[in-house]
Amino acid sequence: MVADFNWAIGGEAGDGIDSTGKIFAQALSRSGRHVFTSKDFASRIRGGYTAYKVRTSVDRVQSVVDRLDVLIALTPRTIEENLPELHEDSVIIYDGERTTMQNAEIPEEMIGLDVPLKRLAEEAGGAIMRNVVALGAACEVTDFPIENLDSALEKRFKDKGQKLVENNQEAARAGQSYVAEEFDHEFDYELETTDNDYVLLNGDEAIGMGAIAAGCRFYSGYPITPATDVMEYLTGRIERYGGHVVQAEDELSAINMALGAARGGARSMTATSGPGIDLMTETFGLVATSETPLVICNVMRSGPSTGMPTKQEQGDLNGMLYGGHGEIPRFVLAPTTIDECFWKTVEAFNLAEKYQTPVYLTADLSLAVTEQTYEPDAFDMDAVEVDRGFLVDEETIGDHQTDAEQFKPHEITDDGISPRAFPGTSGGAHMSTGLEHDELGRRTEEQDMRVEQVDKRNRKVETAEEREDWNPREFGDPEADALVVSWGSNEGALIEALEILEADGIDVRVISVPYIFPRPDLTEDVQAAEETIVVECNATGQFADLVEHDVLERVERINKYTGVRFKADELARDIKETLEA
Amino acid sequence: MSSDVRFTDFKSDKQPTWCPGCGDFGTMNGMMKALAETGNDPDNTFVVAGIGCSGKIGTYMRSYALHGVHGRALPVGTGVKLARPDVEVMVAGGDGDGYSIGAGHFVHAVRRNVDMTYVVMDNRIYGLTKGQASPTSRSDFETSTTPEGPKQPPVNPHALALASGASFIAQSFSSDALRHQEIIQEAIEHDGFGFVNVYSPCVTFNDVDTYDYFRDSLVDLEETDHDRHDYDDAKEVILDADKEYQGVIYQDENSVPYAEQHGIGADMSDIPDGAPEDATDLVREFY
Repeated sequence: MVADFNWAIGGEAGDGIDSTGKIFAQALSRSGRHVFTSKDFASRIRGGYTAYKVRTSVDRVQSVVDRLDVLIALTPRTIEENLPELHEDSVIIYDGERTTMQNAEIPEEMIGLDVPLKRLAEEAGGAIMRNVVALGAACEVTDFPIENLDSALEKRFKDKGQKLVENNQEAARAGQSYVAEEFDHEFDYELETTDNDYVLLNGDEAIGMGAIAAGCRFYSGYPITPATDVMEYLTGRIERYGGHVVQAEDELSAINMALGAARGGARSMTATSGPGIDLMTETFGLVATSETPLVICNVMRSGPSTGMPTKQEQGDLNGMLYGGHGEIPRFVLAPTTIDECFWKTVEAFNLAEKYQTPVYLTADLSLAVTEQTYEPDAFDMDAVEVDRGFLVDEETIGDHQTDAEQFKPHEITDDGISPRAFPGTSGGAHMSTGLEHDELGRRTEEQDMRVEQVDKRNRKVETAEEREDWNPREFGDPEADALVVSWGSNEGALIEALEILEADGIDVRVISVPYIFPRPDLTEDVQAAEETIVVECNATGQFADLVEHDVLERVERINKYTGVRFKADELARDIKETLEA
Repeated sequence: MSSDVRFTDFKSDKQPTWCPGCGDFGTMNGMMKALAETGNDPDNTFVVAGIGCSGKIGTYMRSYALHGVHGRALPVGTGVKLARPDVEVMVAGGDGDGYSIGAGHFVHAVRRNVDMTYVVMDNRIYGLTKGQASPTSRSDFETSTTPEGPKQPPVNPHALALASGASFIAQSFSSDALRHQEIIQEAIEHDGFGFVNVYSPCVTFNDVDTYDYFRDSLVDLEETDHDRHDYDDAKEVILDADKEYQGVIYQDENSVPYAEQHGIGADMSDIPDGAPEDATDLVREFY
């Protein structure tokens, strides 16, 4: 285990939990420490329990663990909710003068710091800054240089004026001084700083940034948790590059607008979550049959129906693989880390245009809303390549026309990929349709042509399997008898679980698969292992089913569907138990 | 764009499978003539259609086109036009496509005011599914699914458009070839969303809303003192239950199309081979 520190602020929705947590996470990141955040939130605007957690270390952190060192509790429930993670050295910062906290019980064995957050904030310029007072107090407890907090406050409030920045900085110092002067406790924590230079972002933001880097120019979507961050990221940024975001009236409209823009020649995307995917499925088949390049991002949450909108699950895999009537060639990519959210988005656009087919890009809620630190080089823009596929212009279109000079947008080719002409290309006028069609795009029910077109479209997948790199990511001991296979955001927790297991003398090989369809062939890997366990956040083991189908062998399963992501120590425990069973 | 484009250049080599005498022939001819007359050619034109008899139009016309799913043609047209402001976009649909399954999209397309033309071939019946009531069928219109009539008032598409903030509302009759073409031309030339409801009779299933009926009842607004720029005048015409009209019912003189409102207008099909030059700034924002 890395020597790390876990911090949280919790209260009711509307208490400013999210922005306070983010400020602290940024202060840590700017001080050269690694950060991994997680959020507990409910589907309501005010009230209820909500928390923002930050795990930090000078080493890389990529998971959450069962431990909480400093907790800023704005409500008694915050203490109750986190009790299992608190320990005897835990520090709880609270405002005993706050009406709701007067009956709060601070567990005896822990260190409770009663700090008049509201009163100190008012003295510094306004009660609204009480959370910032708490951050200042946390700085004192952890011996964290408050200048780093100053810098994060400046970033957060500079647009609202220097006065507000200074007031907040003063509020933070009031919290710091209060703890220094009123308590003579020696705290064990010390958050040292480094010269490292990190960026801090979540998966949705990485997807948005990847889209811009890849040349996405058109985005249409309908707000839905937890995909909305993608839209909010693109809004206000895509315009700098001549692009545009439309908030559509519904998901049906969103995907059809994106389809229209793609037919116009724009790199185009929509993002939604499960319920929205259901609505988009109608047009999904049209996108595939008309051979339109389109990236459809599904940020998964707990289902079915409205399920648990703010909770983690990886339950839409079957829907993305099989959703829609008829047989539809498609790609399904599932990044496993935040930096991969960026790179897989770039790849999704290239695959969509090279193979003229819809591409599902899926992240799960934990990956989408979690923030993590990276070296800026992890998003090296110079390494981004754009491949627009088989395009024809006025000079080359003649090779893909009939004798009557009609363009063949669905030309039967060996690799299944036909030429593509953007509107405005002379001699390229053609119709695209959801009806079965001939090479010219004209409706047909002729048997041979039906078979030829179905085969042509399906051949794209075979071509992609041959030409593209579908390699999984691999960690741990390549010679180990135990193989753990996983997809999506579980990767980070698995990597840290490896270290725990290793300390226990258990060697494990981990394969993390970012490609759902097509996917790497794991037959040899599973055969070489004595035992294979598939880890995923759903009840039925949708990916495990695929592995069994591919390798014709039974695998063990670890499934979590509580709505909460795997923790590293929990996963290590589960793997150990499964191997010993 | 070439200046010597003839309307026949917009004809494909597919023979329409519409019933002989269908109003859609006239509707389509007027669209093709209007496109040619306004200086467009097939290679810079994009026609979007949904499902139903109206949806077949993309097959019989020659242009870039998409024949999509039922009721969703307007969002597709919106996407094409925003991505490609240099392309002329025309969306066609039927009364079911536009005012039933696609009614939600209609309201929002109207208020978005994207600079494209929307032609609804309104025959007040579902023809391709062989004669059920449509949203514009009369309340006493007897069909296989409404043996005693729908017993609900028809949708008033013009009222829906006006209430949604339309900048151009018109009505034409496919059999009045010249006026129909003129009205479509005006819709194309309008800066914003040009909406034209076209009476396009179904000779097979609708024996009430016939050519004769429209010929006898239509009042041409050109022959009245109607002021198309006057909102109240438009309201009066639209809510008049006793008469059917053809002509431009309403045109907002101050119409500002979506692209102008939102400051967009780039050709979005043109992108660099790699990330944009200053993309590293996007990474630094997360510092």
